[in-house]
Amino acid sequence: MAHNVRPSGYSKFAKKQTYTRRMGTKKNRAQMLLSERGGGLSLLILVILVLPLFLANNYHYDVVVNIGINAIVVVGLNLLIGHAGQISLGHAGFFGLGAYVSAVLTARYGVHGLVALPVGALGVGILAYAIARPVLRLSGHYLAMATLGVGLIIHIVISREAWLTGGPDGMYVPPLEVMGVAVYGGPVWYWIVAGALILAVWLSLNVIDSPVGRALRGLNGSEVAAQAAGVDTTRYKVMVFVLSAVMAAVAGSLAAHFSEFVSPTKASFLQSILFVTMVVLGGMASTFGAVLGAVMLTLLPQVLADFADYEQVILGLIMMAVMIALPKGLVPTLTALVKRWVRRAGS
Amino acid sequence: MTHSFKTGLMLAGLALGALGLADPSPAHAEDDPIRVGSFLAVTGPASFLGDPELKTLEMYIERLNESGGLNGRAVDLVHYDTAGDANKARTFVKRLLEEDEVDVILGGSTTGTTMAVIPLVERAEVPFVSFAGGVSIIDPVKPWVFKTPHTDRMACEKIFEDMQGRDITRVALISGTGGFGKSMRGQCMDVAPTFGIEIVADETYGPGDTDMVAQLTKIKNTEGVEAVVNAGFGQGPAIVTKNVAQLGFTVPLYQSHGVASKKFIELAGDAAEGVRLPAAALLVAEKLPMDDPQRPVVVGYKATYEAVHGEGSVSTFGGHALDGLMLYKGAVEAAGGIEPAAVRDALENTRGYMGTAGEVTMSADDHLGLGLSAFRMLEIRDGDWALVE
Repeated sequence: MAHNVRPSGYSKFAKKQTYTRRMGTKKNRAQMLLSERGGGLSLLILVILVLPLFLANNYHYDVVVNIGINAIVVVGLNLLIGHAGQISLGHAGFFGLGAYVSAVLTARYGVHGLVALPVGALGVGILAYAIARPVLRLSGHYLAMATLGVGLIIHIVISREAWLTGGPDGMYVPPLEVMGVAVYGGPVWYWIVAGALILAVWLSLNVIDSPVGRALRGLNGSEVAAQAAGVDTTRYKVMVFVLSAVMAAVAGSLAAHFSEFVSPTKASFLQSILFVTMVVLGGMASTFGAVLGAVMLTLLPQVLADFADYEQVILGLIMMAVMIALPKGLVPTLTALVKRWVRRAGS
Repeated sequence: MTHSFKTGLMLAGLALGALGLADPSPAHAEDDPIRVGSFLAVTGPASFLGDPELKTLEMYIERLNESGGLNGRAVDLVHYDTAGDANKARTFVKRLLEEDEVDVILGGSTTGTTMAVIPLVERAEVPFVSFAGGVSIIDPVKPWVFKTPHTDRMACEKIFEDMQGRDITRVALISGTGGFGKSMRGQCMDVAPTFGIEIVADETYGPGDTDMVAQLTKIKNTEGVEAVVNAGFGQGPAIVTKNVAQLGFTVPLYQSHGVASKKFIELAGDAAEGVRLPAAALLVAEKLPMDDPQRPVVVGYKATYEAVHGEGSVSTFGGHALDGLMLYKGAVEAAGGIEPAAVRDALENTRGYMGTAGEVTMSADDHLGLGLSAFRMLEIRDGDWALVE
């Protein structure tokens, strides 16, 4: 049946060709379980489903919801830092901007929260796009400086325009309303943020495993080589910058409605640094590393709060120990260990 | 493989068990300690507020316990450091309410951290006394929220009241663009007409500015300026004071309560002579007349605090914390227990309590309860404070 073989060499009746089949890289079951898209996402969903059993009160929910919100930002930022190799020290600016768009539109202009959220995301996306075109021509320290500047400007505008934003003292945000019912309380927000986080992680994993992800990794490895191979590096850099900014803005909107209060600290430089630290601590270029980084850096200050004056010292020591012992970050180092262990046990 | 799998399972089980055990829910009994929750900015940019507040709370709760506690019950302080961050404050207050199950919340060093937690305490219906300055905390009145420090508005009123005594009606305003200066400027503009004061010039300067001659020259050239009011804190007011002297500008200069520290006199030097400012009585504790009803309170607090933390360490901010604690103590004694609603009502019915900030008489529509007597008008004479009466 020679006429069934197409010029491309693939048979019309044979199995659909995919990247993994063509490259012969289909994973076996153990590898699938250890991969981020297979085992990782299932594990995250499992943890999210089981976790409420251990949450006794609203305070616990509050901490977990904050972890989730930070994790959404960090997962987005990880695409930019970990995969595309571009640093941003201004992401708290986008986070804060998303929060303030939701806050101002709902509190001052009576816009519905579910409308304000996409408006904020869209607005931040457009802003990020406008900024990204010129800024992403820079690299290294210059890029860090430029994004730092963007973040600082957003922070200053938010703190100064008191007539609109309430200034340094912040402002109230009405709770989110769905069909006339105010969404309030830890458990409800837990599921909202959990859903958003799963969506963010799923999106991130798919971007990484797509042609876009490969292009990003290419430009991370060597921008010149990627360009020579025909990758429009600027386009992909801008794309991932806008994506991560939009994710930060959505997380910001959720945070504003959840806490029913926004203040400029949400958009501060230190918050930006914190986001970057979460990415690095958890492990660059690892989506679940980003989640784990958010978990650790949100949870530790709460756990260590009882040590009062020594809190910062202990936190610093833990971070130093992690970075010295596991320089690639938590998740990449640990998964490498487990993989080696599985291989040894299998042989 | 099987062996390692079992080890893994055991570890996971242990971790889950630990999580489950880590949550003992405290049961409240009649003779249990009264739990006072607090969240203050002990570190960070607002630590000059939070640090003396926490020290005061710790010191006076210890004294309270030594003298037999409150209504015969010991008092426990649960405190978390917010570093001035409103988001942290929110989480910590949730923790105070939900996990520590405190009977009252005292604290919130800054207006931002206080405002962030108001929805939480209102919903939880726990009495809350804030140590922050902003008038928005108690205006409009919220049922469960009280505060101890005087407001910017009262500082403006005190200044204008003093001006009335000197027949001054045309005033120039120069204010910093920082949070404090901005807020006070707004309040002063607001209350000026009620005192028959006309603001004829309104200038501002940035937080980092090192010279205000330009703004002051403009004020000096404005027709009929009879006095200058400077709203701001930090270095700005000292520079304004110096610049006024350099320009040979002789109208009275009023500073705000934001500069009520010895540091200001040091910075402004001779130029500070004759400058007037409203300040809390604590600043001039020993200079108060012997028959002043507030004298024993402020002299007592000053002596107690400085005995532990060193000469010259006392500040009005710690005094706000003392007032908060004492108001709660009074309310518990009046209510005969710590039942939140009864304590709230008792707080609202506080009459004639003499604190470091002044005499407090609360009502259903005034959850601050301070009169203008809370401020004393001071004048700087020979490099020291002097009372103007």
